[in-house]
Amino acid sequence: MKEEIIIAGFGGQGVLSMGKILAYAGLMDNLEVTWMPSYGPEQRGGTANVTVILSDAPISSPVLNSYDTAVILNQQSLDKFESKVKPGGTLIYDPYSIHHAPTRTDITIIPVEAMEATFELGSAKSYNMVLLGALLKVRPLVSVDAVMAGLKKTLPERHHHLLPVNKQAIMRGLELPA
Amino acid sequence: MKGNEAIAHAAVRYGVDGYFGYPITPQSEILETLEELMPWQTTGMVVLQAESEIAAINMVYGGAATGKACMTSSSSPGVSLKQEGISYIAAGELPALIINCMRGGPGLGTIQPSQADYFQATKGGGHGDYHLIVLAPASVQEMADFVGLGFDLAYQYRNPVMMLADGVIGQMMEKVTLPPMRPRRTDEEIALQCPWAVTGCPSTRKPNIMTTLELDPALMEKHNIHLQEKYDLIKANETRYEEHLTDDCEYLIVAFGCVARICQKAMEEARAEGIKVGLLRPITLWPFPSAEIERLSHQVKGILVVELNAGQMIEDVRLSFNGDTPVHHFGRMGGIVMDPDEVFVALKEKFQL
Repeated sequence: MKEEIIIAGFGGQGVLSMGKILAYAGLMDNLEVTWMPSYGPEQRGGTANVTVILSDAPISSPVLNSYDTAVILNQQSLDKFESKVKPGGTLIYDPYSIHHAPTRTDITIIPVEAMEATFELGSAKSYNMVLLGALLKVRPLVSVDAVMAGLKKTLPERHHHLLPVNKQAIMRGLELPA
Repeated sequence: MKGNEAIAHAAVRYGVDGYFGYPITPQSEILETLEELMPWQTTGMVVLQAESEIAAINMVYGGAATGKACMTSSSSPGVSLKQEGISYIAAGELPALIINCMRGGPGLGTIQPSQADYFQATKGGGHGDYHLIVLAPASVQEMADFVGLGFDLAYQYRNPVMMLADGVIGQMMEKVTLPPMRPRRTDEEIALQCPWAVTGCPSTRKPNIMTTLELDPALMEKHNIHLQEKYDLIKANETRYEEHLTDDCEYLIVAFGCVARICQKAMEEARAEGIKVGLLRPITLWPFPSAEIERLSHQVKGILVVELNAGQMIEDVRLSFNGDTPVHHFGRMGGIVMDPDEVFVALKEKFQL
């Protein structure tokens, strides 16, 4: 098993931390993982993206040009990465900030109304966890238990009271993909 | 954890006595993580944010002169500032670890990954005839492991060691097994291990003097000859490299650091198409694995050197053998990182495959 994933959106949407939690969940499930962020000024407003690879064998390149799965949160990232999903791959996107929907017919395209769901949940910061839940519904790469263990590991202890809110967001995300 | 974080954890666990640094992207997490770990409360390790890179390297120079295990880290423009101090440390034959997490240059450049400081690291950088032992990590695990290896080599040969990393390895996260915790050496242990160290002179021995100035050229030449003999010994004993699928390869890729990982994937793509590609990854950039490249040059039809620069390591590859095996270069510059497909395309184009 090897899954090459790109998560891309605006800086501040939780792209890097979503990738980090996914990578830690992979660790919890005893997978090999790499997490390669775009770093620098884009973290403070522009586009941000992270490449996460989960594999049961050692991973060579952490830098990729094509992906099994893309999670896309804004138009710029869709324009950049739609063509880079491997044929037969999966593209998950939130229509909330997308003006031109993806058009490819050789990949599975799944819109996920994650922003709407976070409004209902009343917790804007759990946006990325809703998306992570949706991703795991479509691509069950790691277990929800492993994600929760990963969350516990990445969140500083003073934020552990937020674990239930995050779990709720993940569970909501799991219900979203049609 | 991130490569930079792994370095910080490994430093505390190795029993390093002092870290002196000044923040610069993409390696600031080393200093940040050390400050978070607060080792001064546990092992007694000093962690200090100096007023500049120049101050930091001279703190290392001072600390190393007393036999203490001292290190500094920076990224390309900051490492340029350290070169005077590095030359002094090499001249004084002091053990120290210097980390360069390279970014795109020249000048202040970009903050994205690069390997354009290869010449600076392996050919001197500062003035005078000296060499650093240069280690090139290709994974977060090696970022952790090479802290200990670096200090071990630095003490064994009384020579500064540089870990030449890049923004990819510094910023990426991978699984890592940290080395075991060991205590810092006591003053008595340091005095025993480093009889040359400036540790406060008791009346029972002659004073140790740490200087790099020698006004008598005859004595300075003698010191240089001694240094060269030491470098020959290091070349003979410490050349390290890793090979992938070189047994039957017809084309050889030579790449170091993160680029070796990218090339490994390109190699897998090429093999899937029936092109027999092998990969040699120098782990020590100085000393350079010339003998092994010479050996493989008789076996292969061509060598592709892949680097995040305009062509630096390719000179050492070419100097490794006298034959007519074609050697080509593929590189990206200024902070752009090539992907595996680009390497494969370059390989096919350069050798008309």
